[in-house]
Amino acid sequence: MTNYQKKIDKINLSGVKEVNFNLEAVVYFDTAAAIFINSLREDFFQKNIKTNILTTNQDIVETLDLVLKTKQRTEPFAKEVEETYLEYIGKTFYNYYNGFLAFILFLGKVFSAILSYFVSIKNIRYKEIFFEMNESAIKALGIIALTSFLIGLVIAYQSAYQLKIYGANIFIVDMLGISIFRELAPLMTAIVIAGRSGSAFTAQIGAMKITEELDAMKTMGFEPYLFLVLPRIIALMITMPLLIFVADIMGLLGGIIISYIDLGISASLFIERLNEVVDAKHFFIGLIKGPFFAFLIASIGVYRGLMVKNDTQSIGFNTTKSVVESIFAVIVCDALFSIIFTNLGL
Amino acid sequence: MMKALIKVRDVRTVFGTKVVHDGLNLTVNKGEIYGLVGPSGCGKTTVLREMVMLQEISGGKIEVLDHDLSTISSSAAQKLRSEWGVLFQAGALFSSLNIKENISLPLKEYTDLSQKMIDEIVKFKISIVGLKSSDALLYPSEISGGMKKKSALARALAMDPKLLFLDEPTSGLDPISAREFDALILKLRDLLDLSIVMVSHDLQSIYATLDRVAIIDEKKIIYEGDLKNIKNSTNKFIQTFFRSNFEQ
Repeated sequence: MTNYQKKIDKINLSGVKEVNFNLEAVVYFDTAAAIFINSLREDFFQKNIKTNILTTNQDIVETLDLVLKTKQRTEPFAKEVEETYLEYIGKTFYNYYNGFLAFILFLGKVFSAILSYFVSIKNIRYKEIFFEMNESAIKALGIIALTSFLIGLVIAYQSAYQLKIYGANIFIVDMLGISIFRELAPLMTAIVIAGRSGSAFTAQIGAMKITEELDAMKTMGFEPYLFLVLPRIIALMITMPLLIFVADIMGLLGGIIISYIDLGISASLFIERLNEVVDAKHFFIGLIKGPFFAFLIASIGVYRGLMVKNDTQSIGFNTTKSVVESIFAVIVCDALFSIIFTNLGL
Repeated sequence: MMKALIKVRDVRTVFGTKVVHDGLNLTVNKGEIYGLVGPSGCGKTTVLREMVMLQEISGGKIEVLDHDLSTISSSAAQKLRSEWGVLFQAGALFSSLNIKENISLPLKEYTDLSQKMIDEIVKFKISIVGLKSSDALLYPSEISGGMKKKSALARALAMDPKLLFLDEPTSGLDPISAREFDALILKLRDLLDLSIVMVSHDLQSIYATLDRVAIIDEKKIIYEGDLKNIKNSTNKFIQTFFRSNFEQ
């Protein structure tokens, strides 16, 4: 069509008074063709050129007629309202503000759901909690063990090289012990869980929202906060310290192997030194972080799931957001812990 | 004088800046099948959601079974929820549970019936909606659209509600299943003494099942009453929608 339009545009029309559209030989004529001819006729009409349609085919006449009549009735598209940059910024920040308020509201609902546990012990959904513990923590054991083992291996390998230069081989135990117990194990666990279970929470609850399962639950009197939200949060809060414990062991195991191979420190020497120089407090500080991280990951994951709107795209959008936000929140929380523990002298 | 089960008075609904309802009034009486009809986007489903406390209203008052929904306490709301059943458009069966578990869930949660008794009740509900007991162990992903609707209806009926809300019960069904579903709804109404509120687009189903109809257009109810007099209305939507001379 555009080719024809170009060819027609090239024709010199000066002096032309009348144009005939000969459609006698046309076999098939659809509405697109009719619209094309119609717009040509309008062009010619504006240039004061008379146009005639030559056809005996009644269908073509009717199609042209239909297009013409429809065109007379149609209104132009509504003008797209252009946003100024200021409006865009304002709207964006207003949306963030609303999102923040919605999250506060969500937390409030979570806590009021916890209060209902005190009203009746029957409100605690043990079955769901155990199910989620298995689903989102026990099944993650393998990947967490492997990741933290590799992290222990890598950290030990990198520092062994540096320590050898100073002949400070034995200090690898101090270094690995404190860094793995305090920071690496909790953080790695949190990041793996955020990517694995936090995203799963968002996707599961989001999909339930789209299929109206959440609405169905509400109309049947099953409070989703009791059935879906709290079990996930509680399950993760209980299991996170256990996962961190596993990460501790596996990280150190990686460290022990490299210390032996690279620095010639035997496993028994390593453990003896660990007992001497690394206080138990480092280990417990790592574990204490667990439930806090778990709460952040689970609540952000579930909250994002509840934010899913009635289209499939928003599941993807919210899942991404859930992982990014929970990892960010975990790191901010970790930084806060650092400040608090340092000031407490721990 | 029939007893009014649902009273909607001067309800106003606003989404953002868009006013959906303004001064909406309707009454659903005991024992009737009441239909909500109107053009797309007029807020039929929204009214239904407001009646079952999924959506808050911006103004006015809704009373369901003599409870004012805006001042209802949470324990009364919980009790009210066990007195109605809701059938969602796509069924909304819980995808992690099979049909039998879906239907027995409210019974397990809210009653202290024995497992054997619950099984019997589930069997009864399954057969009353026209499903086979042999299908009971299938999961929602394994069954057809019609079966999903029937299972969801069985779940809605699990607690023997007085009130049944149906959101487009025949949409997505082939014509034969849709007529079967109409017949099923009529049968259940007589059998279980139900009052039914439904949103529908399906003209055949409207004529076959409804006792009274409310037409929503331009934010209000423009017609409420039986179907016999509806063609006398001068409203454009009613004229177009009910133009076909097809009645049963």
